[in-house]
Amino acid sequence: MLKRLLKCVKGYWFYTLVTPLLVLAEVLMSVLIPYRMADLIDKGVDAGNMDVIKSIGSVLLVYAFISMAFGILSGIFSAIASCGFATNVRHDMYYKIQTFSFSNVDKFSTAGLVTRMTSDVTRLQFAFNMSMRMAARAPANMVFALIMSFRINKKLPLVFLAVLPFLGFALGFIMKKAMPLFKKVFESYDDVNRVVQENVRGIRVVKSFVREEHEIEKFGAVTGMLKALSMKAERIVAINFPVMNISMYTCSLGVCWLGAKLIVGGEMTTGQLMSVMNYILQILMSLMMLSMIFLNLTQAKAAGDRVVEVLNEEPDIKNCDDPVMELKDGSIRFEHVDFAYAGGKNCLRDLDFEIKSGETIGIIGGTGTGKTSMVQLIPRLYDVRSGAVYVGGDNVKDIDLKTLRSGVAMVLQKNLLFSGTIRANMQWGKEDATDGEIWSALRLAQADGFVRALPGGLDYVIEQGGSNVSGGQKQRLCIARALLTSPKILILDDSTSAVDTATEASIRKGFREFMPSVTKLIIAQRISSVKDADRIIVIDDGEISGIGTHEELMASNRIYQEVYESQTKGGDFDEPQAD
Amino acid sequence: MSRKQTKADIEKEKQQDKGPQTGGAIRGAAGGKIRFDSDTGKLLVRLFSFFERKYVIRLCIVALCVIAAALISVRSSMFLGEVIDNCIKPMLIQSVPDFGPLKTAMVKMAGLYALSVVAILTRQLLMVGVSNGLLYKIRMTLFGHLQTLPIGYFDTHPYGDTMSRFTNDIDNIRQLVSQSLTEVFSSTISIITVFAAMLSLSWRLTLVVILTIVVIYFVSIGVGGASSKNFTLRQTSLGLINAFIEENLNGQKVVQVFCHEDKIKKEFDEKNEDLRRKSVTANSLAGILMPINASLGNIQYVILAVVGGYFAINGNGSLTLGMLASFLTLSRNFTRPVTMISQQVNSLVMALAGARRIFRVLDEKPEEDEGYVTLVPAEEKEDGSLTETDHVTGTWAWKYPHKTSGVLEYIKVRGDVRFFDVDFSYTPEKQILYDVSLFAKPGQKIAFVGSTGAGKTTITNLINRFYDIEDGKIRFDGININKIKKSDLRHAMGIVLQDTNLFTGTVAENIKYGKLDATYDEVVQAAKIANAHNFIMKLPQGYDTVISGTGSQLSQGQCQLLAIARAAIEDAPVMILDEATSSIDTRTETLIQQGMDRLMSGRTTFVIAHRLSTVQNANAIMVVEGGRIIERGTHEELLELKGRYYQLYTGNTN
Repeated sequence: MLKRLLKCVKGYWFYTLVTPLLVLAEVLMSVLIPYRMADLIDKGVDAGNMDVIKSIGSVLLVYAFISMAFGILSGIFSAIASCGFATNVRHDMYYKIQTFSFSNVDKFSTAGLVTRMTSDVTRLQFAFNMSMRMAARAPANMVFALIMSFRINKKLPLVFLAVLPFLGFALGFIMKKAMPLFKKVFESYDDVNRVVQENVRGIRVVKSFVREEHEIEKFGAVTGMLKALSMKAERIVAINFPVMNISMYTCSLGVCWLGAKLIVGGEMTTGQLMSVMNYILQILMSLMMLSMIFLNLTQAKAAGDRVVEVLNEEPDIKNCDDPVMELKDGSIRFEHVDFAYAGGKNCLRDLDFEIKSGETIGIIGGTGTGKTSMVQLIPRLYDVRSGAVYVGGDNVKDIDLKTLRSGVAMVLQKNLLFSGTIRANMQWGKEDATDGEIWSALRLAQADGFVRALPGGLDYVIEQGGSNVSGGQKQRLCIARALLTSPKILILDDSTSAVDTATEASIRKGFREFMPSVTKLIIAQRISSVKDADRIIVIDDGEISGIGTHEELMASNRIYQEVYESQTKGGDFDEPQAD
Repeated sequence: MSRKQTKADIEKEKQQDKGPQTGGAIRGAAGGKIRFDSDTGKLLVRLFSFFERKYVIRLCIVALCVIAAALISVRSSMFLGEVIDNCIKPMLIQSVPDFGPLKTAMVKMAGLYALSVVAILTRQLLMVGVSNGLLYKIRMTLFGHLQTLPIGYFDTHPYGDTMSRFTNDIDNIRQLVSQSLTEVFSSTISIITVFAAMLSLSWRLTLVVILTIVVIYFVSIGVGGASSKNFTLRQTSLGLINAFIEENLNGQKVVQVFCHEDKIKKEFDEKNEDLRRKSVTANSLAGILMPINASLGNIQYVILAVVGGYFAINGNGSLTLGMLASFLTLSRNFTRPVTMISQQVNSLVMALAGARRIFRVLDEKPEEDEGYVTLVPAEEKEDGSLTETDHVTGTWAWKYPHKTSGVLEYIKVRGDVRFFDVDFSYTPEKQILYDVSLFAKPGQKIAFVGSTGAGKTTITNLINRFYDIEDGKIRFDGININKIKKSDLRHAMGIVLQDTNLFTGTVAENIKYGKLDATYDEVVQAAKIANAHNFIMKLPQGYDTVISGTGSQLSQGQCQLLAIARAAIEDAPVMILDEATSSIDTRTETLIQQGMDRLMSGRTTFVIAHRLSTVQNANAIMVVEGGRIIERGTHEELLELKGRYYQLYTGNTN
C-alpha cells in the first residue's frame, strides 16, 4: 500500500524530504536553548556576572529566531508537499477511474468511489502532513534531548532510562488493546448512520406502518452498542494520561534526589540540574506525541487501503495491441454469446443472431431478462464470457475502443444530463457542434419545441441531475445528444418511457426518414414502441425467445402475445402536453 | 411544485445558522472572528441539561479532580526551585550535608504526586462515562424527536442535511464534552494558579510574561485570521471539486459512452490544481502558527532568564536563584494553557453551532394529534352489535367516546372513505387541491390518473393525515379523520410506494415490518399473496437472506414485490398503492396482478397509476389535473365522454 502511495509524491520529493530536515534543525535549535541556559544560570546569574548573561542571552535569542525561521519554512514546505501529494492522489485516482470499465465501476459503486476520492484523500493528506512534521519532530526531540542531557551529566539521565521500560510496556499495552476496539467503534458508527439514513429516507413507510417505536428501539440498540464500544475503547486510552504522569513524576523525584547528591558531591551545578529536568520533560512529551501519532496513523491506514484499492484496480476492458481503427458499417452479429456480471451466473445464454446495417430492431422482454445487458456488449461496455460480438464485421475486442464507442451511440436507461447549459450538454455528442446542428438534432428528438420555450433556449442552464426539466424532456435531450455523434449504430435503452405515445411515434418517424442508414436498436416496454420495427427480438430469462416482425411474433411467440395482451391498448400519463 | 419553497426555506435557515445577532463578538485565536450570540449561554445551559441527574455528582467529582491535579501541577513546577533554595543550597555550606530536609520535602511531594495520579485517572474514567452517556442521550432524543415530526418536515429538509446533524454536529459536541470541556476548565485553573504563583515570585517578571502573551495573541489572530480566510477559500474550492467528482462519477457511464474521458480529465485537472494552490496557502499559514508560537515561547524563556538574571544580581536579594528557576518553569506552564484555550475556542464554537442545529430540530413542532377515536379488536354479535375484545379477532372497530353525551360507541371498521370539498395547500401562497369530493365504498377500487404534479399523491397523503387539510372534511367510516388517533388511522391503512424503502435485514424481517409479531407461516403467506415466494426461495438463504436497505442485490421489481408482501401482512382494510407497479414491466405485472387482486379484494383501494392498463377495472377513475378532479367514472364511461381520459388513452393528443 505504502509503495503505491509514495509514487504519488512525485514532483514533491524535494519538499517531502527537506521538511523533516527543517524540522530536525528547528528541534536542534530549540533543544540547544536549555543546554546553554545552564551556562547562563551558572556562569551568569549564580556568579553574578551580567556580561555573561547578556552575551549568552543574545546567543540564545539568535537560536530562538533561527529555530523560528526553520519552523516557518518547515510549515510552508510541508504544506506544499502534502497538498501536492493529495493533488497527485486525486489525479491518479481520477485518471484511473476513467479507464475503468462498467464492471470496475460496479464493483466499487459510484458512492464508494466518491468517498474514496473525497474524504479518504483528505484523511491521507492529513496523515502525510503529520508524518512529515510530527513523526520527525517527536523522535528527533527525544534523541537530541537525550544526547544533551547525557552531555551535561552521565548519571542523571539514567533515571529516565529506568522509567522507559515501564512506559514502553504501558503504551504498547494500551495501543494493542485500543486499536482493534477503535476499529469496532468505527464499524458501529456506520451502523448508526445506516439506521438513521434508512429511517429518514423511508419515513413515509415508517409512519404509514406506525413503526416509530420499533425504529427507536432499533436505533437504541445500535447507539447503545456504539456507546458501549466507545466507552470500552476510551477507558483504555484514558490510562494513557495517568501513565504519563506517573513516569513524569517518578523522573522528577528521581532527578531531584540524584541531582542533589551530585551537586553536593560537586559533580554538577544547580543550572545543569534545571536543564536536565527540562530535557526529561521534553522526552516524555515526545513519547506521548508518538503514541498519539500511532493512533492517528492506524485510522489513516484504513483510508489508504481504500484509496490504493482503486489505484491498483486493473481495468478489465483494454484496447488490443493492434486495433482496427474504423467501423466498416452498422451491422451487428452475436455469435453464441454467453454473458455474466462479475462472479454471477450467466444472465445471457447462447445469443446468436445477425442485424444488417440500417435495420431497425425492437427489443422486448421483462425486467431483469437481460435486454440492457445484451446491448451493452455492443459498444463493449462489458466483455462477453464466451462467444463473440461483431460490429461492422470485426470482433469488438479488436476494434479501437474510442472508434467503437463513437460509432455506437447509446442512450442509457439511467440517463443523465450534466449541470451546464443545454448547448454544453449537447456538445457532449459533438464537441464543435454548431447551433444549427444542435437544433436539427433537437428537432429529430422532438425536443426543439420545449427548448425554444425555455428561457434562454440553448443557454438554459440545466441543474445538477437535470432536476429542472421533466423526465420526458430529459429523455428527449439525451436522445438529441446521442444523435449529434452521427453514429452508425443507435441504441435506445428504454429511453422514451416518459415520453407520450404520440411524440414517441414522431421521433420514430423522424428516425426512419432522416437516418435510414443508421442501425437502430430500440429497447422498450411498450409494444407500440417497437411494433413498426423491421424485426423484433423477444428476450426471456437471458435467452432469445423469438425474432421476427410484429405480425410473425403475434402469430408464433407466446411471450410476445402475453406482453401484447398485458398492454392491449393504453397510453402513458406522464407529460401528455409537454410541448 | 413545492420545490422552490423548499429551497427558500433552507436558504433562510442557512442565514439563521450564520445569524450574527446581538451580543459581543469575541475574536478567537485560530478562527479569526468568532461570534458568541446572546444565546450562547442559553445554548450551553440547554446542552448541559442533557446531563442526567446521576451524572451531576460525577461531574462534581471530576471538577474536584481537575482542580486538585491543576494545583498539584503548579506546586510541582515550584518544587525544583524550592528544593534548590531550601535543601541543596544549605547542604553546600554544611560540612556534613544533611539530607533530612530533602527527604521530607520529597516524601511530601511524592504524596501529592500520588494524589494527582489518582485524581487524573478518576477524572479520565468518569469523563468517558459521562461524555458517552451525554452523546447517547442526545442521539436518542434527536432520533426520537425526529420520529414525531410531520412528513412536511422531511419534505422541506433534504435528507443529507438531517444526516449531517447525526454525524458532523454530534461529532462536534463530542469533541467538546469529551476533551475541550475538561481541558478548558483545567487550563483556566492552571492559568489562575500559575499567575498567582508567578506574581508571588516577582511582579516584574510577570509583566514580561504578560507582554509575550499579548504578542502571541496578536500573532495568532493575524496568522490565524489569514489562515481561516484562506481555509474558507479552500473549502469552496474543495466543495467545487467534490461536486464535480460526484456529478461526473454518477454519470461515468455516460462519460464512457460518449468517449468524453479526455475532456473530463482536463477539466478535473484544472479544478484539482486550483484546489492545490488554495490549500497550499491555507495549510502554510496554519502550519507556521505552531512553530511561531513555540519559538515565541522560547524567546520569552530567554528574555525571562536575562531579565531575571539582572534582578537576581542587582535586585538586593528580592529574587533568588531558586525563585528564578521556579519562575522559568512556571512561565512555560503559563503559555501552554493559554494556547490550549485558544485552540479549544474553535471547538467550542463548532460544538455550539452543532448544538444550535440539533436544537433547531428539537424545537420543530411534532405532529399534533388530538384524535381520541381508537382502533380496537372486536367481536360481532349476531344482532350486529360490537363488543371490544382483548385478543385479535380479525374484526376491528373504532372506539368512539362521544364527548358531549359521554356515550361510548363502537363502529365497525369497513373502509368507507369520503372527501367533502377538500382544499389543500403546502404553503399559503400556492393552493394544490381545489374542491376535491369523492367517496370510496368498502371494497371499492378508486384510481387516480393525471400528469405528474397534478396532485394525485397529495390526495392520498391527506387520507392518512401526512398532511392536514385546509378546508372541507374527510370521513373514514363516517368519522371525521381529525377525531381518529393518527397511529390508529394509519394502522387501518396499508401502503405501497414507488420507492420501496426496504431496511437492511433479512427478507423475513422486511416483510414482518408490516406486522412485527407475524409468524413464519404468516410471512410466507404474505409473500405468496405478492407472488414473491418463488424468487425468495431462489435467494441463497431464502427468507433469511440479508438484504441491504437499497435492495441492491434485488431487481427493482423484486424490491417492489417485497414491499407488496409487507403491505399484505399488515392486512389493513384500506390500501394505498402509489405508483406501486410502475417499475415492474407489464408482463411481470400481469403475473403479480393476481397477487395484487388478492391484496385488494375486500379492501378499499386507492391506486395511483401511470399505466392506464392498471386501472381499467377500477370502480371509479378520477382524472386529476391542476389540483381538480376534472373527470370521473368507469373506464367505459370515461371513454364515452371523449374527454381528457379518452385523449390519453388513445394517445391522440390533438
